Amino acid sequence: MSEPIIRAQQVEKFYAHPSENRIQVISPTDLSIVPGEIVALLGPSGSGKSTLLRMLAGLSRPSGGEVLWHGQPISKVQINVSIVFQSFALFPWLTVLENVEAPLVARGLDPEERRHRSLKILDTVGLDGFEAAYPKELSGGMRQRVGFARALVVEPEVLFMDEPFSALDVLTAENLRSELMELWHKKTIPTQSIFLVTHNIEEAVLLADRIIVLGRNPGHVRTDFKVTALAHPRDRKSQAFTQLVDYIYKVLTRPDVAPAAMPTLAPGRKIRDQRQMRYEMLPHARPGGIAGLLELIIDLTGRDGSGRADIYRLADELGFEIDDLFPIVDAAVLLGFLRVEEGDAVITPAGLLFAESEILKQKEIFRQAAVEHVLLLRQITRALNNKNDHTVPQEFFLDMLDEQFSEEETERQLETAINWGRYSELFDFDAGRRRFILPETEEAAPSVEETE
Amino acid sequence: MSVRHTFSREFIVERTWPFVLDLSIAAALLAAFYAIIWIARFWFSSAIPEVIIQRSPSHLPLYAFYSTVRIFIAYIISLVFAIAYGYIAAYNRRVEALMVATLDILQSIPVLSFLPGVMLAMMSLFPSRQIGIELGAILLIFTGEVWNMAFSFYSSIKSIPRELHEACTINRFSAVQRLFQLELPYAAIGLVWNSMVSVANGWFFLIVCEMFPVGSRNFRLPGLGSYLQTAASNGDTHALIYGLITMVLIIVLTDQLLWRPLIAWSDKFKFENVESADRIQSPILHILRNSNVLRYMHRRTFEPLGEGVYRYFARRQDHYVAKKEEARRPARRRSVTLVMLFAGIGVFTAIAVAAFHAALLLRHIQTHQVISLLEGAGATFLRVNISLLLASLWAIPVGVAIGFNPRIAHFTQPLAQIAASFPATALFPVLLLALMNRGLGLGIGSIALMMLAAQWYILFNVIAGAMAIPSDLKEVASLFRFRSLQRWTTVILPGIFPFLITGLVTASGGAWNASIVAEYFHIQGKTLTTLGLGAQISAASDRGDFPTLLLATIIMALMVVTVNRLVWRPLYRLAETKYRLD
Repeated sequence: MSEPIIRAQQVEKFYAHPSENRIQVISPTDLSIVPGEIVALLGPSGSGKSTLLRMLAGLSRPSGGEVLWHGQPISKVQINVSIVFQSFALFPWLTVLENVEAPLVARGLDPEERRHRSLKILDTVGLDGFEAAYPKELSGGMRQRVGFARALVVEPEVLFMDEPFSALDVLTAENLRSELMELWHKKTIPTQSIFLVTHNIEEAVLLADRIIVLGRNPGHVRTDFKVTALAHPRDRKSQAFTQLVDYIYKVLTRPDVAPAAMPTLAPGRKIRDQRQMRYEMLPHARPGGIAGLLELIIDLTGRDGSGRADIYRLADELGFEIDDLFPIVDAAVLLGFLRVEEGDAVITPAGLLFAESEILKQKEIFRQAAVEHVLLLRQITRALNNKNDHTVPQEFFLDMLDEQFSEEETERQLETAINWGRYSELFDFDAGRRRFILPETEEAAPSVEETE
Repeated sequence: MSVRHTFSREFIVERTWPFVLDLSIAAALLAAFYAIIWIARFWFSSAIPEVIIQRSPSHLPLYAFYSTVRIFIAYIISLVFAIAYGYIAAYNRRVEALMVATLDILQSIPVLSFLPGVMLAMMSLFPSRQIGIELGAILLIFTGEVWNMAFSFYSSIKSIPRELHEACTINRFSAVQRLFQLELPYAAIGLVWNSMVSVANGWFFLIVCEMFPVGSRNFRLPGLGSYLQTAASNGDTHALIYGLITMVLIIVLTDQLLWRPLIAWSDKFKFENVESADRIQSPILHILRNSNVLRYMHRRTFEPLGEGVYRYFARRQDHYVAKKEEARRPARRRSVTLVMLFAGIGVFTAIAVAAFHAALLLRHIQTHQVISLLEGAGATFLRVNISLLLASLWAIPVGVAIGFNPRIAHFTQPLAQIAASFPATALFPVLLLALMNRGLGLGIGSIALMMLAAQWYILFNVIAGAMAIPSDLKEVASLFRFRSLQRWTTVILPGIFPFLITGLVTASGGAWNASIVAEYFHIQGKTLTTLGLGAQISAASDRGDFPTLLLATIIMALMVVTVNRLVWRPLYRLAETKYRLD
C-alpha cells in the first residue's frame, strides 16, 4: 500500500459547553486517503460527514487528534487540495473565467499563464464558449461544471467533494458523474485522490473504490471497506451492485447493530450510546408524514399481507432521498408504529390501527403513543397539568435539552415536540409569549398518570 | 475575424458614438482636474475670518460647488472608515460586541451638539488656514454619515454564506483578494443604498454647519447653506428661491449621475441565482461602460495595479507559510501582543482622562439648570412624538394609496425618494418666514419643522411596504368583502408593518436631530426660541457654555438610546418574526 496523502489520527470534534458537558460531534477517528482511489463517505444527516471533510481539508481544526499531510501536520505546510461544494459557492459577480482564475490569482501566477490554464480546464469540463458568462446566466449543471473547473484548475492532489451532485436534477447529476469518471479513469486530470461526501448510496457505489459509512450521535466510522468486486464502468443492474447497495442500506437502517462481515477501523472503541442519554433524539418528522408513510406501506403490501416493505424501495417509490425518509421511519419506530428488520420496515398492530383510523381517532392513538414513548412530551404534559395556571415557559425545557444537544438541535427538538404536541392536542404553544399552554378544551389533555 | 460591414450604416454609428462618448468623458476628466486645483487653492489660502456671503444668483454655482465638495469628501472618508470599522468588528471576536454597542450609541448622539467643540479644535489645529474650518465642517458631516454605513458593511460580512468563505480559504486567497472578490462585492448593494441615506444626512447637517455662531465668534463657510441662511436673515425671497432651486438641481443631478448608475451597476452583485427581470436602467452607466478612454485607462492603471497587489500578497503568503516553521515566530507574536497591549492601555487611559475632565465640567452645573434641562427634554420628547404621529397620519394613507396603484407608484416613488433626500434644514428658513407672517411662534413651528425632517422617511417606506403586499392577499380582502376597517387591520397595517417600523425609526432619528435646529433659530436679526432640549443645546453652544452643552447632549443621547432599546428594538423583532411576508 502506498503512503497516504492525508492521514487523520484520532481526530475528533466537540463543542465546549458552559455546563461542563461537551457536545461530541465526531468521536476520535482514524482515516487515511491514499493515492489512486476515490473514497466515498456515507452517513445519515447529523453524522458529521461535512465536518470530517472540512477537518481533512484543513478548513476546520480538529478539537483533538491530528491531521497529517504527507506525514507533516496539516496546519504547518502548504497543502494542495480543492473542494467542490454542494451550493457551488461561485462568486456571482465574477464571470466564469474570472471565477476559475481566482485561485490562480491567489497563487500569484502571471496573467498569460492564468488565462492559458483556465481556458484549458474550461475546455476539459465542457464550458468552451461560456468564459464571459456570469454564473446566474447558467443552469445548475453548468454552474457545477464551473465549480469543478475552479477546483481542478489548481491541479489538486486531493479533490474533496461535498455532496456535489445533490443540488442537481437526476439527469444532470448522472451526466456530470459519468464525465467526472471519464476524466478520472483516463487520467486527464492529475488529481491523485478524490474524497466524496454523499448521502446517496447508489452514487457512492457507482463511483467509489472505497466506502466509509458513518454513524451518528456522535459521528463515528461504522464500516470502511474497499469495493473490489465491481469493475468500472459499473452497471446499476448487476447483481453485485444491488447486493452492495442493499448491504449499505442495512448498515444504515440498523444503527444499533454492528455491521456484519465488514471490518471496522477501530474495533472495541467505546461509542456513546444514544440510549444512555436522558432524551432520545426526536426525528424531525411531521405526524401527517408518519401517517402517510404507514398508509403507503399498507398500500404497497396489501391489507392482509405481511406489512413488510423494503425501505430502499419505499424511498424509490416516493422519489425521496433516503435522508429524507429516515426521520419519518425513525419517528414511526419511536412511536411503536413500525419495526425495522434487515432493511425492511414492518408495520406493527398499533401502526395498522393508526393508519386505518379516521382523523380524531388517529390523534387519540398518536397522543397515547407519544405520551408513552416520548419522554419530552410526557414531561411537558405533566408540567402543564401540575401547574396552577397551566402554562410553562419554553426556556424551562430549553435548559433541560441544552445539556444534551447543540443549541441549534435544541431548537429543532422543541420545534418538533411542539408540532407533535399540537397535532395530538396534548398541549399548545403560544409563540408570542414563548410558553407552552394547555389547549382550551379540558378533555383534550388526558391525565398522564392514567396512561403510565 | 469579425465580418466587415463596409457600407453599413450601423458601422458608422458604431464608430462615431464612442468618439462622442470619449470626448464628453475627457471633458469631464478635465473639469474634475480643474475643480481639484480650485478647491486646493481656496482651502490652503489663509483663513477668512468672516466670509461675506453674496446674495446674487451668479455666485450660486460656486457656492453649490463648495458645498458639494464638502459633502463628497466627507462621504469618501465615511466610506473608508465604515469599511474598516465593519471589517474589524466582524472579524475580531474580542472587540465585536464592544464595537457594535459603540455603533449603536454613536448613531443616536445628536451630531450638531459636537459642532462648537469640533470647530474650535480644528481651528486650533490649523490656525492660519481656511482648511481648519473646512475640515471641521467635513468632520461633522462625517459623523452624521458614517454609522449606518459601518453597520451595513458589518452585517453584510456577517451574513456571507459559509461555503463562499471556505472557497476563499481552500484557494488560499489573501486578505486583500478576499476583500475585493468576496466581502466588498457581497456588501456592495447594502453600501450603495446606505450611501444614499448618508449623503442625504450629510446635506441636512451641512446646511446648518456652514454658518453658526460660537460665543462671540461667527463662523461662515461659503456654500449653499450659508447662502440660504443669509437670504432668509435678510428676508430676500428671490435669493431663497434661487437657492432652493439649486438645491433641488443638485439632488436630482446626484440621483441621476451618481446613484442611478451605481444602483444599476450594483445589480451584478445581487446574490441570487436567477436573473431578475426589472432592472434599473442608467444611460450614464452605459456611457461609462462603453467608453474607450476609460477602458484604456482601466487597462493601463487599475489592472496592472491589481495584478501587482495580488501577486505581492500571494508571495508574502508563501513566505509566511515558509517562515512558520522557524522558531522565532512565537517571540514575534509575543512582541506584537505586547505592543497591542500597550496601545490598548494608552487608548484606555486617554479615554478615561478625557471622560474625567468632561465629568469635571459637569461640576459647574447647578440643580436648577438640571431641572430646566429635564423639562426641556420632556418638551422635546413630546414634540418629537407629536410630529411622528402627525406625519404618520397623512403619510400612511397616502403611501398606501400610492403603493396600491402601480401606475402612480411608478412615477411618485422616485419623487418621494428625492423628497426624502432633500435636506429639511434648507426649507426651515422658508417655513419659518411663512409661520412668522402668520404670527405663529416656534412652539408650534418647531413641530412643523420636525415633521418636515421626518415625514418623507415614513412615506417612502410605506409606499415600498404597500407595493410589497402580495396581490393574492388583497384579492382575498375584496373576495370576502372586507369592510375598510377590517381591510386596514387584517391586511394593510400588518402588511406594511416591517416597512412602517423601519420608516418610523429613521424618522424618529431625523426628528431628534431636527430638534436642535428647529427649536432655536436666528432669523432677520432675531433669535426665535421655545422650551426644549434642542433649544437648550443650541443656546449653550451659542453662549459657549460647554458644561450645559455636555449635559444636554448626554441627556438627549440617553433618551434616544433608551427609546431605541425599549420601543423600537422590540417592535423590530416583532416585525421580523410575526409580520414577515415571504
